Amino acid sequence: MPVITYVEHNGARHSLTLKPGVSLMQGAISHNVPGIDADCGGACACATCHIFVDAAWNDRLGEQGDIEASMLDFAEGVRETSRLACQITVSEALDGLVVHLPEAQH
Amino acid sequence: MADGSVPQSATDHARSIPLDEIDVSHPELWRTDSHWPYFERLRREDPVHYCKDSLFGPYWSITRYNDIMAVDTNHQVFSSEAALGGIAIVDQGADLRLPMFIAMDPPKHDVQRKVVSPAVSPANLAVLEPMIRERAAKILDELPRGETFDWVDRVSIELTTQMLATLFDFPFEQRRKLTWWSDIATTIPAEGMLVETEEAKLAILMECLGAFTELWNERVNAPPQGDLISMMAHAEATRNMSPEEYLGNLILLIVGGNDTTRNSISGSVYALNKNPDQYAKLRANQELIPSMVSETIRWQTPLAHMRRTALEDIELSGKLIRKGDKVVMWYVSGNRDDTVIAEPDRYIIDRERPRQHMSFGYGIHRCVGNRLAELQLRVIWEEILKRFPVIEVMGEPERVPSPFVKGYLNLPVRIPA
Ligand code: HEM
Ligand code: FES
Repeated sequence: MPVITYVEHNGARHSLTLKPGVSLMQGAISHNVPGIDADCGGACACATCHIFVDAAWNDRLGEQGDIEASMLDFAEGVRETSRLACQITVSEALDGLVVHLPEAQH
Repeated sequence: MADGSVPQSATDHARSIPLDEIDVSHPELWRTDSHWPYFERLRREDPVHYCKDSLFGPYWSITRYNDIMAVDTNHQVFSSEAALGGIAIVDQGADLRLPMFIAMDPPKHDVQRKVVSPAVSPANLAVLEPMIRERAAKILDELPRGETFDWVDRVSIELTTQMLATLFDFPFEQRRKLTWWSDIATTIPAEGMLVETEEAKLAILMECLGAFTELWNERVNAPPQGDLISMMAHAEATRNMSPEEYLGNLILLIVGGNDTTRNSISGSVYALNKNPDQYAKLRANQELIPSMVSETIRWQTPLAHMRRTALEDIELSGKLIRKGDKVVMWYVSGNRDDTVIAEPDRYIIDRERPRQHMSFGYGIHRCVGNRLAELQLRVIWEEILKRFPVIEVMGEPERVPSPFVKGYLNLPVRIPA
């Protein structure tokens, strides 16, 4: 099963073995990784699951949808590499992925 | 029922009245807190409900969590535009229509929201927190012991007003003007109301604009600071705002952060008194404060609804909503939907996912001030628990007779000597 590493803003690393099919948001929440709030529970409606993903992974992550883009627009400290964790589904292709968490969710 | 106090007559009436006669918007239902059984019935029997006649004209009620989410996240079809009526069940009148981004659709909305947002970001709030704490402490230290007083006036209003003054860096001694302008801005002029005519209302709002224009002029020539006025005076997107836009944004921030937070603070004291086991749990474990804050905001739902206007015909849960129809998302009902939230009528300060509630809305208009509201509640409770073993509610509060602002006019309490 794929292993995903979440890196908190303070540098703390959490490497989790996740089931394909869950979202990166659910993976973090179910293992109590701090730094993702996910207020809307994965409906792409709150932008409190904001993460940064290295551009090298882009073609394996799936497209960023219109709604995701419009929600991300209002997140804090958005960069090229910003994504919403609830919109990315874990698969074997993501084995070894490292995601970085922002300082805070707004 | 939600807090166990709905009169039996209301419950009986809600169960027996023909569905198409149900009108959950009537202010009397909100004054007496007896809207709960009507929403319960609508969620079960007619979750997307048409009311053909009310004080506010015909409107659709959306009552289930998932349907509300569907409307809130579909801003292409469900518009917030002021010219179509705006964001509350009562249509925004054509006079005095101040431009505010809460009542705009993209792209204008997006540009203005992005200017305001950094002022209430977690990073900026961390800078404000020590000052909020100091001011909260002072308010609490000055409260009387062993006598009954009004918590709404002495604490809830005072704290939120001081907070607003801090956010704008507004002259501190004149801070109650902010409350006054907020109350005026939300008053529909009529006989016996705070203002009786549109002209009188406009005159007072111009006073507000005058005061803030002075502050603007002062800050536009000074180096940028962390307060909201300075931010707007220096930001690309707002530097050249018209006076109407400036006033609109100010009123939005004053009103948005005023009643809502005030009623959450009052609601926390009330809810903890209604649920003494939860109050005891909180005293025993102060780490529960953040989740108690979220649970209170769910339980209170300080804005009972937000309204949209359909831009095209659209089907929702088997009903055809027509272009131009008024659509009311009842957050207060979504927050009691037991298909999404377990035991929603109970106030449980350590529930599993306390942040997953509808009180801040969802989608592109989701409350930009939510972290500030949570911060104020967290800080005031950290300071309360340091000082008072208990705050006792001495009688029932009077409620605001409004289907929009869900809150309290007063709340008599006593802190034991
Ligand atoms: C517990 C307290 C609060 C509650 C329950 C609350 C609720 C809401 C809701 C439901 C919306 C969504 C409006 C819509 O979808 O049409 C909203 C938007 C907004 N709120 Fe709050 N609010 C609170 C505190 C605050 C504070 C403290 C501020 C001040 C900074 C604030 C400023 C705003 C603004 C500016 C918007 C417009 C956002 C937009 O249209 O993009 N709110 N609020
Ligand atoms: S959990 Fe709300 S947008 Fe991802």
